[in-house]
Amino acid sequence: MLARIKRFLGLEDKPKEQAKPIKPKEEESSQQEVEKVADKPKIGYFHLSGCTGDGIALTENYDILAELLTDMVDIVYGQTLVDVWYDDENNPYAIDDMPEMDLALVEGSVCLQDEHSIHELKKLREKAKLVCAFGSCAMNGCFTRYCRGGQQAQPKHEAFLPIGDIVQVDCTIPGCPVSPEIVAKVVVALINGDMDYLQPMLDMAGCTANCGCDLQKNIVNKSLCTGCGTCAMACQTRAIEMREGRPEVNIDRCIKCGICYTHCPRSWFPTEQINKDLGL
Amino acid sequence: MVLGTYKEAVSARATEKQIQKVAQDGGIVTALLSYALDEGIIEGAVVAGPSEELWKPEPLVAMTSEEIISAAGTKYTFSPNVAALKKAVRQYGLEKVGTVGTPCQLNGIRKMQSYPFGTRFLADKMTLVVGIFCMENFPFASLETFINEKMKSSPEVTEKMDIGKGKFWIKALGEDIGFPLKETHGYEQAGCNICPDYTAELADLSTGSVGAPDGWSTVLKRTDAGASIFDQAVKAGIIETKDISTVKPGLPLLEKLSLGKKDGAKKESDNRRELGLPVPF
Repeated sequence: MLARIKRFLGLEDKPKEQAKPIKPKEEESSQQEVEKVADKPKIGYFHLSGCTGDGIALTENYDILAELLTDMVDIVYGQTLVDVWYDDENNPYAIDDMPEMDLALVEGSVCLQDEHSIHELKKLREKAKLVCAFGSCAMNGCFTRYCRGGQQAQPKHEAFLPIGDIVQVDCTIPGCPVSPEIVAKVVVALINGDMDYLQPMLDMAGCTANCGCDLQKNIVNKSLCTGCGTCAMACQTRAIEMREGRPEVNIDRCIKCGICYTHCPRSWFPTEQINKDLGL
Repeated sequence: MVLGTYKEAVSARATEKQIQKVAQDGGIVTALLSYALDEGIIEGAVVAGPSEELWKPEPLVAMTSEEIISAAGTKYTFSPNVAALKKAVRQYGLEKVGTVGTPCQLNGIRKMQSYPFGTRFLADKMTLVVGIFCMENFPFASLETFINEKMKSSPEVTEKMDIGKGKFWIKALGEDIGFPLKETHGYEQAGCNICPDYTAELADLSTGSVGAPDGWSTVLKRTDAGASIFDQAVKAGIIETKDISTVKPGLPLLEKLSLGKKDGAKKESDNRRELGLPVPF
């Protein structure tokens, strides 16, 4: 395990597999590659009670994935993209070898009855400078809000919480799943130290309860709705229909991902960022 | 800036007689989207199309110029065009989408493009976003009150609605009927009262009637993409332009109305903050 982590951190002579450029490079450029490693943000990808949909979204940056994984970031922990994780069964102390990282992307909510998950979550909080709830399950529980146990093979596993209920979360990327583009944008912002871009995601980190009814409670009830239809566009289960210029949420279809409220231009509005992006 | 950032303002209208006949003003939105479609700049456009109920628009993914023309003319109530953008990309498989929207709708689109949290592969498909000037919008029930009660007419005989010269107008059975705009206050949707954007400041290109003579529109070219498509349409003879400084009432009136909306929005926003209510901008 340690050897593997070291390899990912570039501490061994053998070049790490993930960082190997796809195109053959000259000796000189591969040396530069190694030097650049120090500047790359170290990212851990943690998979709690999630579906890997957000991890897959990361890989769906087809055009830039190779560059993303080789030149832009170091993935130092993860079960799916890289083969490095804490394996309790074989070595209960291995978790202490969890590498330090700049950013922990945590997918999935956390099951209170699964002590491994709780342990891993607490450990990653210690090891990561920035903990990001990656996807709606981690942020606000999303459809694991409907879990209630009673199923094989772990009938006791009934309580699933957004990770913010257990550890402090610094930033969040809502979505079920998140879009590939937002993952790329966050990574780029992180590399450039663009905290202005990340600010809304830092602001949202404290929010662990979402539902389609946010629209009614926080937008329509507060006289903010203009009937633009952005919520209905953003809804990932088509639970929202616009009727008489107001969102009507089919609560039986809503999976509580919170994306409708997140996208509503009247919940928060990033004027400066938009002007910058449009060149206005 | 009171009109937002723009490269150039012109007075313009569509040259096509068929568009002039059905357009609200200069037919800029219709002409521009049709031109972009014919030239392959966009593959389809989300517009406020007709529905089964008269004067109640419904978002339409238009794939032909005829469909775009069917959406010409202002309807003074909601058409949640933004909601149909996903349909255009997913169900119609469009790679390059054009659309038209009010300032608040553009807010939703632009926010989605800067922060595409849950909208995979949508942001980069928005090729041409045309904005229309908007002072306020009305629930459909308010329109019914205007037409049936205040003007003693009916939606069935109404051919056109317009706001101008201090009045809300309809053209019905060949006759112009109007009532003071002052009387519409209290019927607009409350969400409009905090909106500071009159001229669709986040559009690729904005257009509206204010500032231009009858049958013409005022156009503000904003982004590189918007300016380039508009200039191409002018060069192709689809749209004709006039120097804005030569037309009456021109930009001063537009600036005055825009400033008025901003001042009103600020006042209302301050009131709401005092009540402890949230205001997004």
